[in-house]
Amino acid sequence: MAILADKNTKVLVQGITGREGRFHTKQMIEFDTDVVGGVTPGKGGEWVEGKPVFDTVKQAVEITGANASVIFVPGPGAADAMFEAIDAGLDLVVCISDPVPLWDMLKVFNYLKRAESKTRLIGPNCPGLLTPGQAKLGIIPGVVGKPGSVGVVSKSGTLTYEVVYALSAAGLGQSTCVGIGGDPVPGTNFVEVLQMFEDDPQTEKVVLIGEIGGRAEIEAAEFIKKHMTKPVAAFIAGASAPPGTRMGHAGAIIEGGEGTVEQKAEALREAGVRVAENPEQIPGLLR
Amino acid sequence: MNLHEHQAKGLFSKIGIPVPIGRVATTVDEALVIAQDIGLPVVIKAQVLTGGRGKAGGVKVARTWDEVREYAGKILGMMIKDLIVHKVLVDPAANIAQEIYLAVAMDRQAGRPVLISSSEGGVEIEQVAHDKPEAIIREYIDPQLGLHDYQTRNVASAINLPRAHWRAFGDIARNLYRCYVENDATLTEINPLVITNEGQMVALDGKMVIDDNALYRHKDIAAMRDLTAEDEAETRAREAGIAYVKLNGQIGCMVNGAGLAMTTMDMTKLYGGADGIGPANFLDIGGGAQADKVAAALRIILSDSNVRSVLINIFGGITRADEVARGMIQAYNEVKPDVPIIIRLAGTNADEGREIINDAQIPYLFGAATLTEAAQKAVQAAKGALA
Repeated sequence: MAILADKNTKVLVQGITGREGRFHTKQMIEFDTDVVGGVTPGKGGEWVEGKPVFDTVKQAVEITGANASVIFVPGPGAADAMFEAIDAGLDLVVCISDPVPLWDMLKVFNYLKRAESKTRLIGPNCPGLLTPGQAKLGIIPGVVGKPGSVGVVSKSGTLTYEVVYALSAAGLGQSTCVGIGGDPVPGTNFVEVLQMFEDDPQTEKVVLIGEIGGRAEIEAAEFIKKHMTKPVAAFIAGASAPPGTRMGHAGAIIEGGEGTVEQKAEALREAGVRVAENPEQIPGLLR
Repeated sequence: MNLHEHQAKGLFSKIGIPVPIGRVATTVDEALVIAQDIGLPVVIKAQVLTGGRGKAGGVKVARTWDEVREYAGKILGMMIKDLIVHKVLVDPAANIAQEIYLAVAMDRQAGRPVLISSSEGGVEIEQVAHDKPEAIIREYIDPQLGLHDYQTRNVASAINLPRAHWRAFGDIARNLYRCYVENDATLTEINPLVITNEGQMVALDGKMVIDDNALYRHKDIAAMRDLTAEDEAETRAREAGIAYVKLNGQIGCMVNGAGLAMTTMDMTKLYGGADGIGPANFLDIGGGAQADKVAAALRIILSDSNVRSVLINIFGGITRADEVARGMIQAYNEVKPDVPIIIRLAGTNADEGREIINDAQIPYLFGAATLTEAAQKAVQAAKGALA
């Protein structure tokens, strides 16, 4: 068991003929993922890394039986690709694309809610997820992970790789590592992933990596306090960031005094979470 | 991207929201000409991208020609929160009967835009939220359906707006929402929206924030960017495709990935803060870390004369750390920096990468195995204590 994806997940790559799509398809296959095909409108009939390319997601699903997709389509076309994947009835859609206009994402987000769709969307602007030894949907370097029982959920990319790498080096393998992305309105939030880890028998401990801006970590703290039985360690990036300035991620901005590291760390501590000042402390906090 | 008041009001006007008929001046003479066109009294308002202009003396009512000359002269060239005032907006002074707050903003948790209004206009909304939260009225908007007429009436009623103004208020609210949607804004704000003694509703002040992720489809707005309000290095970085924000510390940071970049900054502050040492910048070079991009980033960092040391923290995932190390050395030889550089490589082939750095035997170039060690070395170097 793991969450979101495992060795039975059949994966499509949307935007498979692009530079990123090609490169990461190869990487995903190398790290045990069952990639069954790809989609690029107008390129149906081609092959990439030995996998068939289709014109539409609908076609690809009918022929391959895919139940998940990873989107590498450039930002301007990302929303359309997400709608196409949702309407094709996929269980899991991971959108790596960045930048995606917030307005486009609002439409997707509200569509998902209204349609009571069964699709679980991760991202956009995220590194995707890695269930070590079973499946990699996205761009998390497969080498950093190691099968085990720590669940990792993060807003960040390379910072996640750091922490996962440090966990693996300390002998702490992972059930699944999920990068939810740093955009203001993510398809899946911290609380939803925490719930999945709480329900997953393989996961014994959880690491949460947040950053400045918004209230997602505060809500995570409230959820942990009320509903989580498994121990959680956390790190929040951006203690040195000045208010009102965007730090790379569209979501990483302190507005009107809201969303500081201090507030988030305090809420998490109060919920019994061990909060690291330095991400290299995390493996130690899990022991 | 933040717009100036005059730019926001220009967009408001285009979409049908009543705004004052003022114009922008860059010299005292221009201000006088505009004042002559619109008649006294006028308001002279500094156009800088920061709040608190009034408190800083950047907004003045001029009732005589001498006052126009005096205030325009004083405000042009004035510093407000580190920003020089290059332009003033000269607007006719309004006879204000009532001030209202009206905005469309983004609610991240709800994943919806929200119409926000308050009868307490003309003051900072954060202050109202703190002192009198019940005075702030919110109506959530379904992005697929838009703002319903009844929602504008809900708000008008809740802020006790006289019924005679409901229709005009509804029009302004709907147009403000259109302005938000059509321009990919994350905030459109009128503060204050006034009712004049003559019974007209006018947007006296305007603020807009545009979603940077959507600027590619708004070339007209992207062209409004005020380069004078931006650090020169920030402009160069943006053109080179590097995310860079100048800060006030002494340790230049070069990192791949935004979250790790913030974390690296945090570590310099964690270990240097007690000595007043911290990050000189946020810089995310993105994936790959090729030599030319590293060299460009290094030049941008070193253009800041406060920088006493540079901390390079690269996590090699798909790009292996040994490739990154070779790129680093090439960039180093190209740029020839004159401050100590601490390099920490982690991830795939990190040991080989470190060996390459050590074997190069470049004075002033130091390796580090962990982020903690790298940050501590960078702090020591910034204090001049690293041999």
